[in-house]
Amino acid sequence: MFRLENVSKKFGELTVLQPTTLAFEPGKSTVLIGPSGCGKSTLLRLLVGLLQPDSGTIHFDGTELKASNLLQMRHRMGYVIQDGGLFPHLTAAENVGLMARYLKWSADKIRTRVEELADLTRLPKAALDRYPAQISGGQRQRVGIMRALMLDPPVMLLDEPMGALDPLVRYDLQEDLLKIFRTLNKTAITVTHDMGEAGFFGDHIIMLGEGRIVQQGKLDEMISNPANDFVARFVRAQRLPTLTQQGGLS
Amino acid sequence: MNHRTIALSVSSLTFYALSLFGLTVAVRAEPPQVNIGSKAFTESVILGEMAAHLARHAGAEVRHRAELGGTQILWQALTSGEIDAYVEYTGTIREEIVADAARAGAAFDSEQSMRDALAQQHVVMSQRIGFNNTYALGMRRSVAERLNIRCISDLQKHPELALGLSDEFYERQDGWHPLQQKYQLPQTQIRVMEHNLAYRGLEKDAVQVTDLYTTDPEIKFYDLVALEDDLAFFPTYYAVVLMRDDLERRAPSVAASILKMEGLIDPQAMSSMSAQVRLDRKLETVVAGEFLNKSLHLSLQLPSSSMSAQVGRFLSKILHTTLEHLFLVVISLGFAIAIAIPLGIAASRNEAIGQTVLGVVGVIQTLPSMALLVFMMPFFALFDMGIGPAPAIMALFLYSLLPIVRGTYSGIRQIPAAMRESAEVLGLDSGARLRLVELPLALPSILSGIKTAAVINVGTATIGALIGAGGYGSPILTGIRLNDLSLILQGAIPAAVLALVVQYGFGLLEKRIVSPGLQPK
Repeated sequence: MFRLENVSKKFGELTVLQPTTLAFEPGKSTVLIGPSGCGKSTLLRLLVGLLQPDSGTIHFDGTELKASNLLQMRHRMGYVIQDGGLFPHLTAAENVGLMARYLKWSADKIRTRVEELADLTRLPKAALDRYPAQISGGQRQRVGIMRALMLDPPVMLLDEPMGALDPLVRYDLQEDLLKIFRTLNKTAITVTHDMGEAGFFGDHIIMLGEGRIVQQGKLDEMISNPANDFVARFVRAQRLPTLTQQGGLS
Repeated sequence: MNHRTIALSVSSLTFYALSLFGLTVAVRAEPPQVNIGSKAFTESVILGEMAAHLARHAGAEVRHRAELGGTQILWQALTSGEIDAYVEYTGTIREEIVADAARAGAAFDSEQSMRDALAQQHVVMSQRIGFNNTYALGMRRSVAERLNIRCISDLQKHPELALGLSDEFYERQDGWHPLQQKYQLPQTQIRVMEHNLAYRGLEKDAVQVTDLYTTDPEIKFYDLVALEDDLAFFPTYYAVVLMRDDLERRAPSVAASILKMEGLIDPQAMSSMSAQVRLDRKLETVVAGEFLNKSLHLSLQLPSSSMSAQVGRFLSKILHTTLEHLFLVVISLGFAIAIAIPLGIAASRNEAIGQTVLGVVGVIQTLPSMALLVFMMPFFALFDMGIGPAPAIMALFLYSLLPIVRGTYSGIRQIPAAMRESAEVLGLDSGARLRLVELPLALPSILSGIKTAAVINVGTATIGALIGAGGYGSPILTGIRLNDLSLILQGAIPAAVLALVVQYGFGLLEKRIVSPGLQPK
């Protein structure tokens, strides 16, 4: 679906992405993981055209991404960021339907699609006519996902989509999101720093460190057979809840 | 016949009627249009009314542009043809109008030399109207007669006299100190005080001598005498008519009629007329007309001074000034909104453009309004709009730019990066991002800029009166001139009320057009 060839990116003197060659398979869910500053968000922003590579090319569905075709291409990518990135001056339904309105869909068609997506993401219908400030964080994130799905794009790009949510809400949303990816057969690329989330979402996990790919594969392989000390330390650093002798969670 | 055909035939009838009317008007000899100007003090307004009466008497259609904001504005209006005549003073002509030539070496020691210099600029300077309005020293008539003082030199023999001098006269280059030197005056009791207090001091004999203008109405009221300037210390300020020479060709009888003012008014008559306006509260047009009726045996129709007529005039005047004021504010604000919002958008797009635009509109904001008006008059004069609302609207427009540009600029700049990116990543083109996302998000900030501009505009529009644009500034200006608080309030209170209404109106507008999602709960 995406194919990168020798793509690199610098911010001033700082190299944030070393020349990287990589392909994302259609219909698969890939997770980009690594510590802050490893280049995972940069990679995602390159895919969606918010950043331009200093070298190399990016192909999307067989076509090279260029400034001239970026707007068209973006209609076929759904992008979700932390806390939804919703526009505060629009209601939830207006946020979701914005692009369709811009593309001159009929009001009926928009409303039908929005309600369909509300069912899919399990957003209460009552929340549709509220403004972002009037609904919960989890609901905002669901609206953000609905907005990304509105034009039924083949690809979903998610930048730390669960970052702002408390654990219970996050748990439910992760389940729902995975179900959506599977049933709609989306190509999903998710950025996270949470190993648990990576393992849950990822058919394929790519770990980055200091601007390069350190290891890719399944979660089990990274735990049982880390490519180097960095991977081993990163995996270890993800503390899993264990019962202490006092009986509480540590 | 349905409504549409009725409307059609009515409009075509109106059209024929109008064209017939136009033909009649064109066939009949049109009365000459004459504009008279005056400065913002009582004597000038009375003399302007007098010139207007005389021009009207000779068959002209006259407009009196009263209370314009100063010599430069009147002179520019005269040379550009927006007024045809006004009354000026020889001293002012010497000091301000031919001043450049004077500095270049021309000597204007005689009135004829000034007349020649003005003729080159196509302006006719009349003979003296009759009085000399200059500084003088004055005393109560009874005291002067008892001490046998007739001229300033006589004061040398009376060192015991106390002087009450106005602040301005005491400080002026051609004021007290050089006067004292020239006349070798021995007095040591000199008090600088407000002019009205000095008159009261004379009455109570706390001071015996004060400075005054030779045509002050208070001379009559307090029964004062102006001491003769026997060493010719004070410059002369003889009133003369300045008139465009084309008026003499265009409407010779009107020009001749206006020039009947030559030699017509002596100092006592002038100060008596000023007294009737300032102390008896009579209308300038009535005072000037009565004087002409008496001295030239005319029979001019003058407005009634009855109570009911005054109330009627009062109400229609408030309505009129309100409309004038709203006109200035609404038009200037409309233009400012149309220009400043795109400027603000451009400024938010590019750092270099932004700094330039904000810098320029910021500098405009610091220009004094009077300077801005005088600066723009010659430009508007090219289109015959040098006096009246146009320059005032331009000034208000320029003053409105900063708050609106700044509101737009910062409103757009304050949108969080994540919000901009969301819009971009959705695949909206830049026009749609501006229309659907950036402007709605910046709207509260833009509106508050417009509100600030509107409120400032309501207050600043009072300067319009200085160049004949009317508005609430007119009663304020007249009130200051006549020292009439109630008249000042007639302009100041409606201006304040209008500012509050604007403030409140924008509050309502904000509730209506800003998305509920952006409003505090």
